[in-house]
Amino acid sequence: MINIVVPIKQVPDMERVKFDTEKGTVDRSSASAEINPFDLNALEAAVQIKEKLGGTVTTISMGPPQAESSVRDTLSRGADRGVLLVDRAFAGADTLATSYTLASAIRKLGEFDLVICGEKTVDGDTGQVGPEIAEWLGIPHVAYVSEIKEMAEKFTVVCDMEGDRYLIQSSLPLLITVTKDINVPRLPTFADKMKARKAEIETWAADDLSAVADSTRFGLKGSPTRLHKVIVPSEEGRKGEVFRGSPEETTARMVSALQEGGVLDNIR
Amino acid sequence: MSDYKGLMVFAEQRDGRIHPVSYELLGKGKEIAKRLNAELSSVLLGSQMEEEAKELIYYGADRVFLYDGPPLKEFNLLNYKHNIVKLIEEVKPEIVLFGATHLGRSLGPRIAVALNTGLTADCIGLDVDEDGNLVQIRPAFSGNILAYIKTSTRPQMSTIRYKVMQKHERDPGRRGEIIVKDVQLVDPLLTIMNKERSSETNIAEADVIVSGGRGLKRPEDFEILQGLADLFSGVVGSSRPLVDDGWIGKEHQVGFSGNTVKPKVYIACGISGSPQHLAGMRGADTIVAINVDPSAPIFKVADYGIVGDLYEIVPQLTSQIKGRYSK
Repeated sequence: MINIVVPIKQVPDMERVKFDTEKGTVDRSSASAEINPFDLNALEAAVQIKEKLGGTVTTISMGPPQAESSVRDTLSRGADRGVLLVDRAFAGADTLATSYTLASAIRKLGEFDLVICGEKTVDGDTGQVGPEIAEWLGIPHVAYVSEIKEMAEKFTVVCDMEGDRYLIQSSLPLLITVTKDINVPRLPTFADKMKARKAEIETWAADDLSAVADSTRFGLKGSPTRLHKVIVPSEEGRKGEVFRGSPEETTARMVSALQEGGVLDNIR
Repeated sequence: MSDYKGLMVFAEQRDGRIHPVSYELLGKGKEIAKRLNAELSSVLLGSQMEEEAKELIYYGADRVFLYDGPPLKEFNLLNYKHNIVKLIEEVKPEIVLFGATHLGRSLGPRIAVALNTGLTADCIGLDVDEDGNLVQIRPAFSGNILAYIKTSTRPQMSTIRYKVMQKHERDPGRRGEIIVKDVQLVDPLLTIMNKERSSETNIAEADVIVSGGRGLKRPEDFEILQGLADLFSGVVGSSRPLVDDGWIGKEHQVGFSGNTVKPKVYIACGISGSPQHLAGMRGADTIVAINVDPSAPIFKVADYGIVGDLYEIVPQLTSQIKGRYSK
């Protein structure tokens, strides 16, 4: 029996979302919200382990009330229990405050053996929250896991680091962050979706964590990093020479331009 | 806060070799240290690393803190963390920099939490404001915007992307101090059972990338691009849709959800240039675009472009470049 916790995040669909390149903002209405794709791999890994060893999979998410739909979605994909952390006090959190809040919620859940996170979120793209949760919980972690070789009292996992494959063994409790290579997440069946629709999603506010957490560490207050400004990068500095005409002619002009610019000498 | 002074660069080693990103961080670190009138130090953990420690001085470190011993030969997460946290508490640098490598992005967050400070991920620029605070610049939302981030706690910590900062020229005459520290060992909990090199294409390291997009009609046609890439010992890349369709492996995918690349030359063939693709390649030194559609966004970021069919242009380009150089 193994108790697994999977922290997840609701994100905009980054492959479809439109950007206002003038203002440097994301038009969230242009794309639907979904579970962070890497978190689906984390959830799938957790469900496969549960199917083999028995136990429970609990998903937790910190976000606005509408993130409930994503937590509910995890129940249709094999999670047994879903908890949404929702409170204004959690808002504006950087990775330090986010990881603290999630780690506090994991503590409140009680006994756990394994925490599985996606390697990063597609919107924040930091990859920091997983290892940070492990540090708050005082447990080891392995990041960038692409395969689970052995699951028993000890876990043996494959970790990919820039072309090196490490085989790493750990006892439990353990946190891993997984890459997309680890599995192909299953699609929920209609019956699973119907069942999940009726399930109860627990919501916890800041007060619900008071026994396990220091509330001054939540949200903006607990966040040492601050966004100072945002700029939209310009493509100035690019030559922008575009050639039109016959293939022979345009190619000849391109090769000459590359030669004159020293580009070809630089790479041969 | 004023107790904290100086910069510290985490020097990453793999197989006893310093990762080049560490030299880049020393280059940038030196520049910031000068502006802050502060010291630049570096911390190196490994086994038999005395010679490599000197290299850190040649590349700009004033002091190197060396933790040397067999248990530190490989990335030993909890022992690396334990010794670095103790060192930072002792030396109190106001800025600590890590390479945004897999190792740096795994280790950095744990150290930040242990020190209860902020960490900014995957920065591509660093600056100092009028009050001497670090300004950390990182791409956000698929690289479509740049976020400027400041940290209110000390040390200010960042991971910095490989191949964006300039290393200084190696100066073997440069003097500095190597301080050998006692290694304190804690229970590592994790055991490395085996380590092997995988033979995957490392597109992130390539100097020349020739990429294909929806303009390609068949998977076999990547060979046309390979022909051009081969002239420069280059690598073939791809936009996401072709990877999703199984035409080429994910290790070739360039873009937001694939690889971020910074080659000397990036040649985009039949790629329209979605924001998600641009996020992965806009750091190239020179961008060449070939596309039938003159309004394709890729032309907006290109140095040189040809409006035309890649099936006509790419073979021409290959033979003309061959022709010019065989003369």
